[in-house]
Amino acid sequence: MQKESAIREPLILGHKTYKDITDDVVGPIMGPASLGWKILITISSIIAIYGIGSILYLISTGVGVWGLNKTVGWAWDITNFVWWVGIGHAGTLISAVLLLFRQKWRMAINRSAEAMTIFAVIMAAVFPGIHMGRIWLAYYVFPLPNQFGSLWVNFNSPLLWDVFAISTYFSVSLVFWYVGLIPDFATIRDRVTKPFAKKMYGIMSFGWSGRAKHWNRFEELSLVLAGIATPLVFSVHSIVSMDFATSVIPGWHTTIFPPYFVSGAVFSGFAMVQTLLLVMRKAYKLEDYIHVKHVEYMNIVIIVTGSIVGVAYLTELFISWYSGVEYESYAFINRFSGPYKAAYWTMMTCNVISPQLFWFKKIRRSLVATFILSIVVNIGMWFERYVIIVTSLHRDYLPSSWGEFIPTATDVGIFIGTLGIFLTLFLAFTRFFPVLALNELKTILKSSGESYKNEQVK
Amino acid sequence: MKKVFHVMYDDDEKLLVAARELVSKGIHVNEVYSPFPIHGIDPVIGIKRTRLAIASFMYAMTGLSLAVFFMWYTMISDWPMNIGGKPSFSFLENLPAFIPVSFEFSVFCAAHGMVITYLLRNGTLPGMPATNPDPRTTDDKFVMEITTDTNSMNAQDLESEIKKTDVFELSIKDVKES
Repeated sequence: MQKESAIREPLILGHKTYKDITDDVVGPIMGPASLGWKILITISSIIAIYGIGSILYLISTGVGVWGLNKTVGWAWDITNFVWWVGIGHAGTLISAVLLLFRQKWRMAINRSAEAMTIFAVIMAAVFPGIHMGRIWLAYYVFPLPNQFGSLWVNFNSPLLWDVFAISTYFSVSLVFWYVGLIPDFATIRDRVTKPFAKKMYGIMSFGWSGRAKHWNRFEELSLVLAGIATPLVFSVHSIVSMDFATSVIPGWHTTIFPPYFVSGAVFSGFAMVQTLLLVMRKAYKLEDYIHVKHVEYMNIVIIVTGSIVGVAYLTELFISWYSGVEYESYAFINRFSGPYKAAYWTMMTCNVISPQLFWFKKIRRSLVATFILSIVVNIGMWFERYVIIVTSLHRDYLPSSWGEFIPTATDVGIFIGTLGIFLTLFLAFTRFFPVLALNELKTILKSSGESYKNEQVK
Repeated sequence: MKKVFHVMYDDDEKLLVAARELVSKGIHVNEVYSPFPIHGIDPVIGIKRTRLAIASFMYAMTGLSLAVFFMWYTMISDWPMNIGGKPSFSFLENLPAFIPVSFEFSVFCAAHGMVITYLLRNGTLPGMPATNPDPRTTDDKFVMEITTDTNSMNAQDLESEIKKTDVFELSIKDVKES
C-alpha cells in the first residue's frame, strides 16, 4: 500500500469506513429528491425550454435574427462555442492529467468534473451546428461520398480539424467517464431496493462483478485512456485557436494562440468546477470529501493558468507594437480604447487582476470568496472570447466597411438557454448518478483518510 | 459434485494476507471479487498483466493509416484543389496540414477500440446479469472463491485451511459439475 506523509492534510475527513463512503454517495440517490433540487431543476428547465424555443426560431427564420452583419460574421455564436469547449477542458484535465501525475485529490472531483465536461461539450457543439444557417445540411462537414462530383471536405482547413477534434474529444470523454461509472453503477445496483431502479442500474452497470481480472484490465484502461486523453485535450483547444490563428485577421493572426487558449480553457473550466461543486458539496453533504484543501488545490491551478493568460494578454499587446504592423497595432489599440473597451477592461479585471487575490491564503481557503471569484472568472473568460472575436472583426482593412455588433434578444436567449440546458443535465446527473468516484475513493481511504492518518502519527 | 467456498473478508489487506497464505500452501484461488482494485493481488492469484495496451496501440496504428490514406485519396488523388491560388497537389507539401486529423483519428480509434475490446473481454455489456456472489462485494466486503475441482486437497482440509485465515464469513455451496 502507498504511504503518504502524515503531516499532509487528509483528503477524506471524518472517521470514514468503506461502508460510509458507499452510504454517503448512494444514500441521496436512493432517498427522495430534495425540495431545493426540485426548485432548481424547474427553473433550469424553464430556461432550457426558452433556449430551445430561441434555437427553433433561429432555425425556422434564419441567421438574420442574430445581430450579425456583413462585417461581424461571427459573434456570440462562436464566443459561446469557444467558452463552452473551454469549460469542458477542466474535466479532462482533472481526470486525465492529474491521473498521470498521481494526484489523489482529483478523486473527489473527477466524476462531476467529467460530467460537466460532457455537458459543456454538448452545449458547445450546438453553436457550430446552428450557426450554419441551414442545419439540415450539417452533414456536409463530414467527409461523405456524395453526388456533387466527388466534392470532399478540405483537410487543409482548421474548421475541419475542429470537426474531428470536437467529435473525438466528446466521444472519448464520454467513454472514459462511462467506463469509470460502470463499477459504481454496480454498487448502486446492489444497494437499491425499488425494482425499476434496480433493473435500470442493472442494465447500466453492464453486469459488473468486480472480478480481479476485470479490475486489472480496468486500471490499465484508465491509465491508457488518461495517457491519450492528455494530448487530446491539448490538441482540441489548440485546434479551436487555429480557427482564428490561421486566418489573416489582425488580432487573430498570432502564433501564441494555441497555448494561450489551452491555459484559458483550463482556467475557465476550473472556475466552473468551483461554481458547481461548492453548491453540490453542500446540497449533498459531501463536505468530508470535497473540503477546503480540494478547493485550495483548484484555486492554485486557477492562479497558475490565470497568470499564463495574463502574460498572454500582455504579450499580444507588446507584439502588436513591436511587430510594427500598422493593422496589427491598430487592432489592439482599438481593443482597449475603441467602442468595445468596456468588454476589454472587464476581461482584464476579471481574468488578470481578480485571480491574483488567490495568492492570499485566507482568500484561497475561503469558500465564499472562491465562489464569488469563480463566477467572476467565468464572466471574464466569456468576455475574452467576445473581445477576440468581435473587436478583431468589426474594424477591418477598409474603413468603409467598419461596423458594429449589437446582440439581439435571440442571441441572448440562446446563450442563456444553453446555460439552462447545461444546468438541467448537471442536476439530473447529481440526482441519478454517483457523484463521487466510489471505487477510486475507497483506494485512497487508507493512505489519505483522516483516521488512518491519525494512526500513523501515534 | 464440487464444493464452492466463498470466503469473505472485511478488509482488503486481510484478503491479501490470506491469499498469500493459502497460495503458499498450494491452494488455488479461482477468483477474487472486490469493490475496488486490490493492489498486489494479481501476481498472488496468478493473474497476468492485461495486453489491452498493446491492442490499443494497434488500433491507434490502424486509425493513423486509415486517416492518412483517406486524406491522400481525397486531397491528392481523387480531387486535388487549388485553394486561394496556392495549389498543393503533393502529399509531402500537404503533410503538415494532415497532422491534426491523423492524430485525432488515431486517438479516436485507440480509445474506442480499446474500450470495446475491454467490454467484450470482460463480458460486461448492457443488460448482462451480475455474477458477484454477494451484493456486499460492491460495497465493503471482499470475497475469495475457492473450489474443490481446481484443488487437489479434499473439502475438509480446504475448509480447515481457510478457517485459519482471518475470515469474516464463509459460505460453502455444492455445485453440480458441468
